[in-house]
Parts: sequence; C-alpha cells; structure tokens
Amino acid sequence: MHLAHARPGVSGSGGSSTRASERNRQEVVFPTRDQYVEVVRAYRDGGFEMCADLCSVDYLTHPGRRLPEGVAPERFEVVVNLLSLSQVKRVRVRLQVPESDSVAPSLFELYPGVEAMEREAYDLFGIVFAGHPDMTRILLPEDWEGHPLRKDYGVGRVPIQFKGAPGPR
Amino acid sequence: MGLEDLQHNFLTGRLEDLVKWARTYSMWPATFGLACCAIEMMSVGAADFDLARFGMEVFRASPRQADLMIVAGRVSQKMAPVLRQVYDQMMEPKWVLSMGVCASTGGMFNNYAIVQGVDQIVPVDVYAPGCPPTPETLMHAILTLHEKVRTNEITRRTPAEPAASGAVDLAGLAQDQGGDTDDGRTHAGEATSGWTPDRPDAVHLGTPRRNPVIARSVGEPL
Amino acid sequence: MSEAEPPDDHGDPDAHAPSPHPDTVQGPPVSGDDFLSPAPDGTATGLIVETSEGGQELSSRSATDAGELRREVGAVLRLPEGVAIDPSDIDVERTDDETMIINMGPQHPSTHGVLRLMFELDGETVLRTKPVIGYLHTGMEKTAEELTYVQGSTNVTRMDYLSPLHNELVLSLAVEALLGVEMPPRSDWIRMLLVELNRVSSHLMWMATNGMDLGSTSMMIYGFREREMILAFFEKTTGLRMNHNFIRPGGTAADLPDGWEDDVTIICDTVLPRADEYDELLTGQPVFRQRTEGIGGLSAEEALALSLTGPILRSTGVPWDLRRAMPYLRYDEVDFDVIVGTYGDNFDRYSIRLNEIRESIRIIRQIVEKMPAGDYRVQDKKVTPPPRGRIDESMEALIHHFKVFTEGFKVPEGEVYIATESPRGELGCYLVSDGSPKPYRMHIRGPSFVNLQGLPLMMRGGLLADAVAVCSSVDPVMGEVDR
Repeated sequence: MHLAHARPGVSGSGGSSTRASERNRQEVVFPTRDQYVEVVRAYRDGGFEMCADLCSVDYLTHPGRRLPEGVAPERFEVVVNLLSLSQVKRVRVRLQVPESDSVAPSLFELYPGVEAMEREAYDLFGIVFAGHPDMTRILLPEDWEGHPLRKDYGVGRVPIQFKGAPGPR
Repeated sequence: MGLEDLQHNFLTGRLEDLVKWARTYSMWPATFGLACCAIEMMSVGAADFDLARFGMEVFRASPRQADLMIVAGRVSQKMAPVLRQVYDQMMEPKWVLSMGVCASTGGMFNNYAIVQGVDQIVPVDVYAPGCPPTPETLMHAILTLHEKVRTNEITRRTPAEPAASGAVDLAGLAQDQGGDTDDGRTHAGEATSGWTPDRPDAVHLGTPRRNPVIARSVGEPL
Repeated sequence: MSEAEPPDDHGDPDAHAPSPHPDTVQGPPVSGDDFLSPAPDGTATGLIVETSEGGQELSSRSATDAGELRREVGAVLRLPEGVAIDPSDIDVERTDDETMIINMGPQHPSTHGVLRLMFELDGETVLRTKPVIGYLHTGMEKTAEELTYVQGSTNVTRMDYLSPLHNELVLSLAVEALLGVEMPPRSDWIRMLLVELNRVSSHLMWMATNGMDLGSTSMMIYGFREREMILAFFEKTTGLRMNHNFIRPGGTAADLPDGWEDDVTIICDTVLPRADEYDELLTGQPVFRQRTEGIGGLSAEEALALSLTGPILRSTGVPWDLRRAMPYLRYDEVDFDVIVGTYGDNFDRYSIRLNEIRESIRIIRQIVEKMPAGDYRVQDKKVTPPPRGRIDESMEALIHHFKVFTEGFKVPEGEVYIATESPRGELGCYLVSDGSPKPYRMHIRGPSFVNLQGLPLMMRGGLLADAVAVCSSVDPVMGEVDR
C-alpha cells in the first residue's frame, strides 16, 4: 500500500542540522483512515512496544500546512507517537480526520495505554474513536457542551476591569 | 431578642473574649489543596514555617471537624460543586481563606475552565495573593484572619456590608500601593457599620499588636 | 427503572410474576454450591430481574467470561485491556457475591490533589477501580495558544507543579528545535543543574507524602525540611520558590548567582547523608516493608502496554530512562546509573526514587565540576532580548526588548515532539507552529495522565488501604493529569 512519508529533521521546517534536530529526527507517516490501524499494527509488531502519545490538532485556521504529496488535508489530525525501546526510535503517525465525519479508529486493541488519551482527544476536539470501550468525557464535566480546543471555540475570557479593549491577549 | 441585643457587661464581655480567643487559637483548617498552592500550604504546615505554633497543624480531612477552609489552588468548573458541598458541610463558625491568585480571581487562567474567583461560590474572609503565595504571605493572611476573629462580635461573623469597612479583609495587599484610592480602610473615629471597633487591632502590615494602634492611612511613615 | 408497560414474558411462565418493585430479583435463593447449576427456570443462576423490557437473566460474576467483563467494565468501571480479566487472579477469599461501589475523593486527605477514585469492593478487597479526573482542568493547552512563546513557560510550569522546571525545559527544547538554534553549552549545563535539583526536590516531596500516606508523619517533616533548602536555592537563582518561569526558549532567564557552587555543594552534602537516614527510617522498618512489598505489582508487558513510564516502568525491570537512552541537554557527558527494580511493586518504586535522589546528587556534583563559562542564553537577536542594562542606553535595544516581550518572536512553521525524563516519567511536548509568535497547538504529554491508567491494574486484588499506598507510589500530580 502506498503510504505517504516524510523524514525531515523536524517535520516541515528548514531548520539547520544542529545537535538538537539530529536527535529529534523522527519519521512521520500519513496513513489514510483505512490504513491507519494496519500501519500501527505493523509498527507494533515491528518493535514499537509503547504508544507514547496520542493527541489531535485542529487545523481550521491553518489549512495551508505543508503535507507530502498524496495526502489530502482535513480539518482534524490525530497524531500518534510510537516509541520503540529496543530500537530506541520514535515514529509519528498523522491521520487526517475530516470535520464532516470526525470518526477515527481506536488503537485500544493494539495499545491499551491510549485509552485515556483518546478520551481526551474526544473531550477536547470531538473526534470519536470507534471501538473505544468508554468514549466519554474525561477532563470536562459530563454535561459540558462543546469541545474547547477547537479553533472555533473561544477561550472564554471574562472581561476584567483593568484591561482595555479585549484584544488578542 | 437574642444575643445581638445583649449589651456587653463585665461577664458577657469576658466570655466573648474567651470564646474568640479559643476560636482563634484552635482554628483547624480543612484540607482543600487543589494545585500548586497546596504544596505551599503543606510547606507552611511543615517544619520551616510552622503552623503548629498557631494551633493549626491538624489539617482535618473531614469538613465537619474543620473551622477554616483554605482554598489553595485553581478551582475548575468540575470542582466548583464539590467546593460548595464541602463548604456546606462545615459547621458554623467557619471561615474561608482564598489562597493564591487563582482562588481569589482566577489568576492567570482567564478561560473557560476556571472559576474566576472562589468568592463566586463561597463567601471569603481573607484573600492571600501570590502565585503561589510564599509561606510568609499565607501566614500573614492567617494571622489577619485571627485578628478578624478576635475583633469581631461572635454573633456577627461576616460584616453586614462587606466592602464598607473591610480593613482586615484586604490583608496581603502590597504596601507599596500607597496612593491608591481609598479602599475602605477605617480611620480612627469614623462611624462604621458597628462591628468594627473604632481602633482596630489589626494593622495593615506586620504582626498584629496586643495594644490597639491608631489606624493610619496607607503611605504614612510608621 | 420504572415499568411503563406489563413486561413481556417471552414465553417464560416464571418470569412474569407480580412484584411491587420493578427491580426485584426473583427466583430461588442461590447458595454458593448451586452457582452454576441450572435453576428450574432454565437460567444459569435462577436470578431474574424484572425490567421494562422483560425479565432479564442475571449471571453471576464468576460465570462471566473475559470478553463480557471487558465490555461491561468499559461502561462504568474500567480495567485495562492488555490483561485477560480473570477473577481467579485474586487470591483473597471472596466473602460474598455482593460488591459495593464507593467513592474516594476528590477532596481527600491523601495529598495527591483532586483525584477521584471509584472502587468496587468486595469487603475490603478492591476488585475494580476507576480514576475520575478533570477536577483540575485548567485549559492550559488552550491558554497556550493565546500566549507567546516567551510567556509560554509561565503557563506550562504550572502543570506539574512539583517539578516545574521540567515542564519549562521540555517546552523550551521544543521551541528551540523548531527554531533550529544551537544552544550555548553553559545554558545546557545550567538547565541540567536546575532540572536535577528539581528532581531531587520532587522525589523528596514524594518521599514526604508517601511516608505520610503510609503513616510516617516524621517523614513528611523531614522531606519538607530538605526540600526547603533546595527551594531556597531556587529562590536565590530564579526568584521564586515554585513555578519559576526561568528556563525559557533561548536559554535561561538569568545566569546563576555568585557563590552557587558553595550553595549547591552544601545541598549535596546535606541531602546525601539524610537520604541514608531515610533509608534507615523506612527501609529498615518492618511495618513499612510489609505495607509496600508485594503491593501494587505489575509486569513489564503490562506496563509497556499501558504506556507507563518513569519509575513505574523501571520498577518492572525495564531499564528505560530517557536521559540514558535518548539523551538531551548534556546527559551523555555525565556519569550516572539508571535504577531498575524487579517486582514492580510499591517497594521497588520507593527504592528507585530514593536511589534516584542519590544519582541526581551525583550528577549535580559532576555539573558543579564541569560547568563551562559562557553565555547562559543563545545570542540570537531574533530570540533573545537584549541585556537589561542596555535598554537605558540604546533605543534599538529598547525597541528590541519591547518587541520580544509584547509581540514575541516568530517560530518557523513545523511540528516537533520532544520528550524528557521528568521525575514521573516521559514528559513530552508536541508543538505545532504556523509561523506566528504563538503556538498553533501545544500538547504536553503528561506522564501522570498516562500513569493513572495503571492504577486499576495495580490495585486489583489488594485491600483498600493498599489502594492509598499504590496511588501514592504512582506519584500522580493532578496539574499535569488534567492540564
């Protein structure tokens, strides 16, 4: 299957090859939704024992980000960071999730440790992970409406007396 | 008819002093440490800044046994009903000390998740600013609260008009804010709501003194 | 549940008998022996519950299989998937089939912040646990999008408030990776010194609270006493006891004060023998050992499956420490050991943390010897504000300072994930930049957030009192759990 890859020093940037960016070289892959679970399963079987992090990003106000060819940008991205202790390597998997159908497959069967992380992504972004055993809010109260980390959800600033016009900050 | 109408004579005056003294020096805090301020609160309870010398080293886990709730840390929307419930479970007389800027006003987190000031939920007696307040600030706030307890009538714990003569409420404000507008400090002889003595014991800075001092406005030299 | 209509008995004559309460359980009383033998009405246990959808047959807990338990617990109380759920792994006598669900927290005296634990208990034995978090959710990741990179460390530092310098460090490393700047050596060494001191103070704090949770109040006082020494040094260097906002993108906010070598050496010389005292106080005490050995154990496979890191992972025998495996700053130039446990129980975690204090002291001594001279922050005009003294002299410096602190500096577009080893585990920062002075998305991978997933597994089969000990040994800091 064709899988889009990127392998910059730091994804997307033209940073110089300093000590830090040498260390931070990570392979980044961009599977489609159908390939997603299989790709992660292949990594897990290939020695990536731990899923270090799963988070999501809302690219509503930054649609022009750089992506490799063949990857159609969508509003949401689920970013999975896998860690191999035996090979001392990390790999990043970025899945595009459209706004209209914000469902992504869950990695719970492969890595039980993503359970809380996927709940957090659902809570803050509204991305539903199909196959997750307990798709409920984790950080916000159960009856909260809305998904705060989306770009169209305001910060919720209360106007205070000593600040003038409510500017950007 | 009731205790409020009681004119203080020798016996009741002495009794009142005794009761206030007892309440002040055995005020037990309830554990309500939420975030970073909780660590500083624990530091105050530990050896270097000892709270035990004020009789307060027993942090009661059960709110039923506590007098003082030190709200230490940021109160999130999910925690707010819990806070109110714990406050309601405390027995009278009870006091609330809002520790840190997050508890006082929401602090640096002016967003959807944090209650902008715990006084939206419970009535606060003393605010202690800082992020987190150093243990000295917290102790000063506690001592101010002690003064407030000792100079109040036992039957009226919270003032009728909170902002009118809140000399003791504004403890911890930096003293170099001299020149500020009048923020309600009581000057000697001024008619007030009646609960504040004409010469308050509490001074805005430093340790409360045994002998009443004449209240000064901010900015005058000591 | 209320009965809206007469229940449909599905052809089962015994199922539809009048009952005053819709939830009444019918059927013959079940004794321990007939648990699995079929009852007269054909159900496995003979327990029928009347619901609005008809008689529902109840099967006993021992008859449920692993898959069904997984589905069931997913709804209310969860257990991790990686382990086959098998009731026979509990070797405590089951007293009866009735279990009780109790709630601990969010306000409780165990000093781990606002964590709420729901237990399903059989007598004193914990069967299932569900940690409920979110009581300290501060919206820091949202706030980070409104703050510039210079201001970012004020926000991030309040996540893991026991080791604030680690949070600042990981954010600064992420920003510097995106910027592509080369850090001067002294800045790396200063950061390393502060971060290792912070590790010592965090572990001392852990020993204090863990000791108190297990009943040793004097350990609480001792731990705080040492911590005060380190905090005094931090106050001298950074200006604050906690939440320092000192490690910023580009370096540190200021240089170390004069005489820091003496201060740090005094700290090392004091803490090290006292660590031996605590060793004697706790490890030498039979009650402490009984309360921690064999409690809360888990295996390496379980820990890896649940993405646990830090002392928990190392206690199961996996020698994974990011300072050694994927070194950052100058950890490849100092000599230290990675402490590894064997059984994965509370005692292993305790001894790992105690020995990590010793190792950190060792690292700090090497840093004192090896600290180079030089700049404490990178001399890149785009990133670093000018020295304060120059602001009075030069208009250009004033404008530069103004721009850096109000508008911030622009970071090239890109994304990066940087991970460091905090006292609790792998602390990561995933940063997405769109070229503006504010992060587009900043996500902090808090180790405690992930480590809490190990709680249900570690508490299973133990007693309720052990649950407190296990929670304490996982060392969660709710600021980074909830962010």
